[in-house]
Amino acid sequence: MELQPKNPLRDFAPQLERTSFQGYAWIVFLLAVIGLGVYAFLQQVIKGHEVTGMRDNVVWGVYIVNFIFFMGVSYAGALISGTLHLFKTAWRKPIIRMAEFITIIALLIGPCFILLCIGRLDQLHYLVLFGRIQSPITWDVIAISTDIFGCFIFLYLSLLRDLATLRDDELLRLPNWRKKLYKTLALGYTGTPEQQQRLNRATDIMAAMVISIAIIVYSVLAWIFSVTLQPGWHSTIFGPYFVIAAVYSGSAVLIICMWVFRKVYHLEDYITKKHFVAVGVIMLVLAAAFFGYFTFSDYLTKWYGSEKNDELLIQLLFKEFYWPFIISNYIGVLLPLLVVGIAKFRTITNITLTSVVVVIALWLNRYIIVVPTLESPYLPIQDSRPEWLNYSATWVEWSLTAAGVAIFCLLFTLASKFITIVPVTGLQKEEKKEDILV
Amino acid sequence: MEEALNKDEKNSRRQFLKKGLIAGAGVAIGSGLIAAYVDATATETGEKVKVLTTDGEIMEVDRGLLKLPRVSREESHKGIPGRKFVMVIDLGKCKNARKCVEACQKGHHLPKSQEFMKVYLLQDSEKTAPYWFPKPCFHCDNPLCVSVCPVGATYKRSDGIVLIDNERCIGCKFCMTGCPYSTRVFAWKHYPEFDEDKEPYSPEASSPGREGTVSKCDFCPDLIRVGKIPYCASACPMGVIYFGDVDEDTVTNGTETYQFSKLIHDRAGYRYLETLGTRPCVYYLPPVDRQFEVDRGFGDLAPEVKERYKDTPYSKKNKP
Repeated sequence: MELQPKNPLRDFAPQLERTSFQGYAWIVFLLAVIGLGVYAFLQQVIKGHEVTGMRDNVVWGVYIVNFIFFMGVSYAGALISGTLHLFKTAWRKPIIRMAEFITIIALLIGPCFILLCIGRLDQLHYLVLFGRIQSPITWDVIAISTDIFGCFIFLYLSLLRDLATLRDDELLRLPNWRKKLYKTLALGYTGTPEQQQRLNRATDIMAAMVISIAIIVYSVLAWIFSVTLQPGWHSTIFGPYFVIAAVYSGSAVLIICMWVFRKVYHLEDYITKKHFVAVGVIMLVLAAAFFGYFTFSDYLTKWYGSEKNDELLIQLLFKEFYWPFIISNYIGVLLPLLVVGIAKFRTITNITLTSVVVVIALWLNRYIIVVPTLESPYLPIQDSRPEWLNYSATWVEWSLTAAGVAIFCLLFTLASKFITIVPVTGLQKEEKKEDILV
Repeated sequence: MEEALNKDEKNSRRQFLKKGLIAGAGVAIGSGLIAAYVDATATETGEKVKVLTTDGEIMEVDRGLLKLPRVSREESHKGIPGRKFVMVIDLGKCKNARKCVEACQKGHHLPKSQEFMKVYLLQDSEKTAPYWFPKPCFHCDNPLCVSVCPVGATYKRSDGIVLIDNERCIGCKFCMTGCPYSTRVFAWKHYPEFDEDKEPYSPEASSPGREGTVSKCDFCPDLIRVGKIPYCASACPMGVIYFGDVDEDTVTNGTETYQFSKLIHDRAGYRYLETLGTRPCVYYLPPVDRQFEVDRGFGDLAPEVKERYKDTPYSKKNKP
């Protein structure tokens, strides 16, 4: 390992070696939120699913929305890191690990939300024992488990060089068990030309695999909805629509993560405006593709032909779901187009704030895909019980949603304590090169 | 007698049953059923049936009281041999008396919040006539609910009935989104009514219910096996609901019996939302030559039931 004049690891060592008081407070806060989620979950197990806002018409609520959302976020790493890797994009290095962490962490949380929806968790193993390949849920089980496996391998391969660097670095003040752990995990990688070549080949293959698996996973997820006959779901566009939506939300979450870690770990030298603009442009292209193209053509065809049930659905969207619809399908598209599209607005803060709006818009977008359709079935809902007529999530569902976000943050925090959030091996500080976009 | 039956070994009981079904063809009226025991809650019909007890004695039982032990889960997958069931609902006669709903809930030990049979107030468009629309499960020949089930908990039998095995169901509710007719209900908690049923669970009885699983109208195969028509059909005071067999080409509401094909042909029977391609086994006769005004359906409704129909275009206009 040749030492550069200044080893970049020195810049990153503090985040591994120490946790500040604020750091501990943050972790305790996250644990408290998760604790509330655990309490809510126990309530649901003890009292039954009646504690949720779901009823016979809206049988899937916020849980499924979160499931789609987290699966979508996980797509960020798969597509962004995979594609950037394959195209050998020069600026990818400082942000690629964050993207990979997003992938794997979101991928672990997403499926938990679908489990919350399952009425009999004690019989979950029947999915394996009596699985029917004709059911899209079985496709999903196969696709998601393959995705988790593939993404783990991809992440691990990309960690290998840094694990070796951490093992070899004498100056790191870390407890012995961690040193030992790095040694074990580094698998004897020393950076010989042969090892380098093999590692590169394996990473290339996995990058391509991860991209294709992620496309399949997200399409299968969309098909769970579109194979049914429900107005609003039964649409041929859903597969590609979900894939594009996923990368869109993923790119926004990546920008937020970049902003947070840049601030918290003082990475201003490594993550620069260039990165924000570059990922921002990816986001902009996806915004145009996702909303300008897929969403518009989906709703246009429904509205123009105005089949009875499609018409009812669109009426519902513009009445009871007016604001979610406007935020997700108007503001969620125009904001990135304006902020990233116009050079004057293109600042780090603006791009990050836009990403926050995009994440919210995308969550709402999933909500107005799931809930209004279930509230407007072929046979009109005739019921006198308000909770049977309209879905509204209860504190149990919101607590578990918050817990999901908290687990995401916690795992991300812990991961950044275990290994540098930016790949340090062979990393150089960003040179002041002018880029056409900046 | 019930105890004696339960003490029997499962296998011998099943063979016993099979023999009984062959001998009595399951629905033979008058004689032939071997293993039977008496349902004390049912009403007498006055018609006697000769049955063989487990002790080998022949005894006479009223047909209305006749009841078979529930078939096992394995047996419930097979369907009654040589049958293909069908239901015909005459919309011209329905006045929302709701006896079908009540009898079904009682028979299946359901809480008030779970209705296998629902009665809708429909009006196809502004100027067309409103009508009461009882809706059981359509037991489709191309059932999407069965296709999407990941564990095979819901299945289509050889006799056309779509059943749910609650002991297999994982409660993912995919079938509920798959069904375009909002037929399926979910047990959001353990309802006390489930405990009323002391008999062992069978998918054919859809009872006792189980928390966290999906259930629905089952066409009452447990009643069919003893030659009865489903709870809803026999409870309807107007004789709206006819039940029968496509292959026998016969449907009956208990008092009138019709040739199924002729009835559908003469009265222009149709299936609801035919365009969806689900191929239902429930046919409707259009609401013509009404016996009752639509308003009669609001007559003796409980307030919370009446409340249900307040948002329908008809109620908004006429304020019944």
